Parts: sequence; structure tokens; C-alpha cells
Amino acid sequence: MDFAGVSNTTMVTAAVVYLFAAIAHAAEWAAARGTGAEAAPAGSRQEALVGAGAPGPEPVADARDREREERALLRVERYGRSGVALTLLAFPVHAIAVVTRGLAADRFPWGNMYEFVSTSLLFVVAVHLFLVLRAGQRWLGLLVTMLATIGLGLAVTVFYVDVAPLVPSLHSTWFIFHIVAAALSGAAFNVGALASVLYLVKDRAERRGAVGGYLAKLPSTRQIDLLAYRAHAFAFPLWTFTIAAGAIWAQYAWGRFWGWDPKETMSLVTWVIYAGYLHARATAGWRGTRAAVLALLGVVAFWFNFIGINLLVSGLHSYAGI
Amino acid sequence: MTTTEERPATEQQDRRPSTEAPRSLRPVEWLRWLWTNLTSMRTALTLLMVLAVAAIPGALLPQRPNQPFEVEAWIEQRPTLGGLYDAVGLFDVYASPWFAAIYLLLFVSLIGCIVPRTRVYWRALRAQPPRTPRNLGRLPASARATSSRPAAEVLEQAAARLRSRRFRVVVREDSVAAERGYLREAGNLVFHLSLVVMLVGLAVGALGGYRGSVVLPVGQSFANTISQYDDITAGGRFDPTSLPPFAITVEEFVAEFETGPVQQGAARVFRADLQVTEAPGEQPYDYTLEVNRPLVVEGVDVHLIQHGYAPVVTVRDGNGDVAFSGAVPFLPQDGNFTSAGAIKAPDARPEQLAFQGFFLPTAAVDELGPRSLFPDAFAPELFLNAWYGPPREESGVPENVYSLDVTGLEQMTTEDGSDSLRLRLAPGESVELPDGRGSITMDGWERWVKLQISDTPGLGVTLGSVVAAVLGLCLSLFVRPRRIWVRARTTPDGGTAVEVGGLDRADARTGLEEDVEELAGHLGEEHDTARTVPVGSGEDGS
Repeated sequence: MDFAGVSNTTMVTAAVVYLFAAIAHAAEWAAARGTGAEAAPAGSRQEALVGAGAPGPEPVADARDREREERALLRVERYGRSGVALTLLAFPVHAIAVVTRGLAADRFPWGNMYEFVSTSLLFVVAVHLFLVLRAGQRWLGLLVTMLATIGLGLAVTVFYVDVAPLVPSLHSTWFIFHIVAAALSGAAFNVGALASVLYLVKDRAERRGAVGGYLAKLPSTRQIDLLAYRAHAFAFPLWTFTIAAGAIWAQYAWGRFWGWDPKETMSLVTWVIYAGYLHARATAGWRGTRAAVLALLGVVAFWFNFIGINLLVSGLHSYAGI
Repeated sequence: MTTTEERPATEQQDRRPSTEAPRSLRPVEWLRWLWTNLTSMRTALTLLMVLAVAAIPGALLPQRPNQPFEVEAWIEQRPTLGGLYDAVGLFDVYASPWFAAIYLLLFVSLIGCIVPRTRVYWRALRAQPPRTPRNLGRLPASARATSSRPAAEVLEQAAARLRSRRFRVVVREDSVAAERGYLREAGNLVFHLSLVVMLVGLAVGALGGYRGSVVLPVGQSFANTISQYDDITAGGRFDPTSLPPFAITVEEFVAEFETGPVQQGAARVFRADLQVTEAPGEQPYDYTLEVNRPLVVEGVDVHLIQHGYAPVVTVRDGNGDVAFSGAVPFLPQDGNFTSAGAIKAPDARPEQLAFQGFFLPTAAVDELGPRSLFPDAFAPELFLNAWYGPPREESGVPENVYSLDVTGLEQMTTEDGSDSLRLRLAPGESVELPDGRGSITMDGWERWVKLQISDTPGLGVTLGSVVAAVLGLCLSLFVRPRRIWVRARTTPDGGTAVEVGGLDRADARTGLEEDVEELAGHLGEEHDTARTVPVGSGEDGS
């Protein structure tokens, strides 16, 4: 089998294994139902992720209840570990798919939507695995594996194109800078958005006073917010650089660095929304929920820019037949 | 404007109007109220969101500067909505007054915000670290240790340690105060200032710059004077006499397309071989122009932005004279270069002749009519309709070279008059026109290139400001401002009690507790396992 064949096979394999990982993480969430409802002070609970046997502070817990709870926590742990193990299995397969794609094309594998999505998702999963292995935080598992499954699924079905050389306008050094920066910042924006989703869900549960199940096992809202902020703070300068590099490249290729092409416009809109997010975090009345909503708006703009503009609107970045 | 702190002054004044007496505001007060509100973070945030929303229609609707024909088609299909959209400038969003109003307000707000902050920062830069709080235990992170060495020595050690960590340190009576991370606010200010500078750079480019284009069939030359341009747009301060007097000849243009099964027809190579003469009388030199490799002559950029086909034809009139001969650029209509154009022979006698139709580089005729199947010229053919009419006075009115205005002309028909005359020509073929009106010969075909010639002054300013903005942004997001205080007191038993407290001045920073405890451990009895007691730590120990 040649590189292209290896790449195609491993890409589909990775998508399927991510699906299994997502199922395992979903089971992890499901198994946590009915547990942890007694977790009063959020934030003190983060250690419970590892302390499976740690009983709640309830002094009069019925022995059978406690036993059931312990069994549930063991199940949560087992499913969670399976999810992580499956992700750890899928990641190198995914990486092989991306690398062999580049070898097959004899260039960096970022020439079309298929290659961009698969590379960017590789970065997303890498961030998640870094959090799991270095910080023992696997609570992003469900959303990350779901994103990876859907993203790779879309890539191999809708965005797929066979290996081919690049069109002349992509023959540029800026191609590498522009697209790596876009893929990395895209990955970070997506991680930030997933964290913001969990922040909103947990924050809502907290305000209703009904933090139970897996939500109780999440870190405190403040820590989720912190992770979301870090992802965005990492992504924002990179995204700025992405736009700047694109503009410099456009000056070389088309003799104008900014032409209000739909892609350029939506990139700017995305940038402005994330600038709003960073300002919102420093503005009274906008912190927390509203900032998180802005982060989600930002990621919607990002995805619309990627899929909507490329496929629906004609412009210089259009991939008419993908 | 970004991150960290609120401007307290603004916040106070935001609330003030409600408590004020119901007397109407004097103009000055009203202006001040307006200014305060305009420069508040909340307004900036709102303006940012409004800007984002306002920019979206331009991405979804066709825009006049980029796609004028699509705009007309859009309006034609939806006259009511189209007229309404047109009236409010939705087909040219980025030049519309309301879009300009939004970003100008945003920039005013930005300037109103950074000027006072720069002043504050300037003072802060030269200020000493703030005085030591009375109770270090109440800070977000704090630790205690004991030492047998005298208090002064412990403080000196703390100061040295903090200095080596690039804190600004001041030693006071019984304590040390230290602060670092001044670059965060500097980065923040640089970022926002850079945006203003960038706007200036853009304005300079828009006012003094120009951009024109010219279609040149291979073999033809272009001299850089305003009359030779097909179209040109320029800013208000552009001087047409300032165009550098260079000349360009297109010697060859190579286009290659993917013939394999994957991405068939996709472009692979575009290359134009030019001969450039920088000024009349100078030695010409060769330059290979490619998509990402523009030519720069005397500060003016020459870009290869489009290419197409130009059938080479000879038209003979009814008298048997050559009425027209040469390459006629046709405009590509699709990815396979089905190209449309018009051939005009106004000098033909006794009647003038004109043709309109398609050039197909790889021609095929199927149920969809004649069309091209591949962008390269593998089976080039010319499909034309023909017109004739009485000679016309030269009016001097510019006309579209790619389409035919048929007023005053009559279309030629087949001999029985039932259908319009359709000509189909391959290179080397010739067709006699009916009724002895003349003939048309397709001698061959040529490629043409569209060159864009542009000059954007202020490009360096714009680029420099963008670089500064990205660097400033990184500083403002990644530098961690932190304050640490150390207090050492001699205890009744002759030892020294050390207290360390720390405070992070930016959102979402970590490692404060660790730093504070590590410092306490360092200052406490060496060889002693750091006898630190974290007290009053923040809400959570991240």
C-alpha cells in the first residue's frame, strides 16, 4: 500500500476509535448519574477524580447506599480510563494518517479542507492528552472525542479529496506560517469553546443548586473558566498572526493585503468577537456567563468561516468542488 | 482597554448621572458625560460587537468593489429588497458611512482609553513597589517561616532572591516589597497604539495609492502611463504624472494544468516571461513573473492576477481588404476557460462587420451547447455569431471590448433565413460570410495575462504596526504582574518570624502559592524542611 492508502485507512480507523472513546466517555458521564450530589463546596471536589472510594461527608449514609455509590464511582473510573486509553490509541493512528498524507503529497498536509481539519483536530486531541497525562484532568474527554469523531467523520466523508499537488497561488513560504497558525489557533479556540460549554453547564447547575452526577466531578467553575481563558489567550495572538500572515501573503500573491474577501472579513469578525471576549473578562457585568457566551459565538464564527465561507460563498478561499 | 483592571474613574462616573439633580446638563457637562461614556470599557465592548455584526453582511452579500456583476444580478432578481439593501449601502459595506462611523467611534474610544492609561503607566513605571500591607496573612497567598538569623539579614536575602527573579524591590524598615510584570501593561498599550498607527498607515495607502490593471496578449507591450491602463482606481492624493516610466513586454506565458485523474484541470504552473525596461533608453532585463513572485519596479508592484485566451483572427471585408487582424482577448467564464468575447471590424467596407461568441480551449458540443472541457488548449475552437451594418462615425465613446453593442447592426442568418448564422472555426480555418460580405479566418490563438500594477504607500508603517501589535498582544497576555511582600520580625525568643504574602494583579495566573511558599521555605531555616504554614490561601489552590 502506498502512503496515500495508509493515510486514508488510518484516518478512518482513527475516526472510529475516537467514536469508541466518545462512547466510553459518555458511559463515564452516565455512570456518574446519581453520585456526588452531596458535593457541597465545588472546588474541593477535584481530588475526587482519583479518590474513587472517598465517601461523602454524610455521616448517616446507609451502608448499602454507600456501597452502591462506591460501585458507581468505580464504574465511572473504569469507563473514564477506557475513554482515555482509546484516545491514546487513536491519537498515534491519527498522527500517522496526517504524516503519511504529507508524505504522499510530498508537501505539508495543509492544502485543502480535509487536510486542515485532520491536522487541526490532531492538535485538539494533543492538548487534551497533555491535560490528561500532565495534569490528570480528563474531564474534557467526552467533548474532545465527540469533536474529533464528528470532525474526522466530516473530513473523510464531505471534505475528502485525493492527494494532489498545490495550485500556484499556494506556492509560498507564507502558506506554512499562515496555515499552521490557523490550525493551532483553531485547535485552541475549540478547546476553549469546549471548556466554555462545560463552564456554562456547570455554572447553571450551580445556580440552580443541583450539581450532581458528572458535573460534581468537574473542577470548579473558576478553574474551568481559567482553562478556557488560557486556551483563548494562547489562541488570540496566534489568530492575529494568522490574519497578518494571510495579509502579507495576499500582498505577494494578489498585490493587496486586504480586499474584504469573504474569508478575510469573517476572520476579522472572528477576531473582533474574541477581542470582545478578552475585554468582557475584564468588564464588570460581563465576566463569567456573558464572556463564555462570547467565546461560543467566536467559535461559531470560526466554524462558519471555515465551512460556510469555503463552501457557500464564492471568494478567493472557495473550494468549489472541495 | 484589554484585560486586567477597570478604570475606576469611569465606573464612578457611570453611576453618577442617576444621583445628580434633575437640572439639565450644560453643554460642557454633556460633552464630558458623552466622552466618559464613549471611552468606557462597556462602550468599547459594545462597539466591538456592533463592528462584528456590521461586517457580516459584506461577507454574505456580493460587494460592488469585488463583484459588481453579481451585485447587479442580485438586485435584478430581488428588486425591492435589492433596492433597499443598495440604499443603505449593503452592497458596499466597507465604504459605507455607517461602517466608517462604527470603526471611527471604536478608535476614538480606544484613544480616549489609552491616553489616560499611558499617563498612569508612566507614573507607575517610576513608582516604588507599594507599601507593605499590615496583615500579609490576608493576601490571596501567604506563608510563614522562622529563622534563627537576624531580621535584617533575612530581608536582605529576600531582596536578593526577588531581584534575581527580576522583581523590582524596595527594602523598608521591617519588610521587603517587590513587584514585577510591568511589561504587561506596556504590551497592552503598545498593542492598542499599534492599531491606531495601523489605521494611519491604511489611510496613507488609501489616499496616495493606486491600483490599475491591463490585459496584455503575449507579445504585446505596456508602457506605464495612465492612458494604457484598462482600469485604475486611485486615492485622492494620487498624482498620475508620478507614474514611473517603465515598460513591460510579455514574451511568453506558460500555463499548465493537472491532467491526471485527481483534481483534473487544476492549475499547476503559471509563469510569465517579461522583458522590463525601467526607463526609456535603459537596458531591458528579463523577469519571470509568477503568482507569488511579483515584480517590483521603482517601488511599484506588478502582479500576475489573471490569464486567458485571445483568438488571433483576420477579418476581410466585402471589398476583399483586411479590415481587422490580431489577437482579441476573450474573458474566461468558467474554470475550463470557456471564454466570451467580441471581434469588431468597424473599418470593414462596404459594411462594417462584428462577431460575438465563445473561444473554447478544449471544445465540445453536447446537449448543453458548446463548452470547454479543459482549461488547456487541447482542441481550441471559436464559435461565433456575425453582424453587419452601415459604417458608423467614430464617436469616441469608450465601449466594452469584450461585448458587442448590436444597435444599428443586423445579425447574419443562414441562407434560408430561418436561423442565425453560426460560425465554427478551428485554427487555420476560414469561413466566407454569406452574400459576399467578406470572410473571417482563425489564424490561431494566443494567451493573455492580466497584470495588476499598484503602489501602496504606508505599507511599511502598516506592517510595522501589525508586528508591534502582535508582540504587544503577547506581552499583555503572557506577562504575569505579581507583587510579593516579605516581613521579618524578631520574636521574643530571639528568633525571626518571617511572613511572605503575594498578590497577582492579572486574571487567571497560577503559581502564586508555590512562589510564596518556596520563598518562605528559602528564607526559613536552611536544612530545616521548610516549616511553612499556608494561611488564608485563595478560594482554591490553583
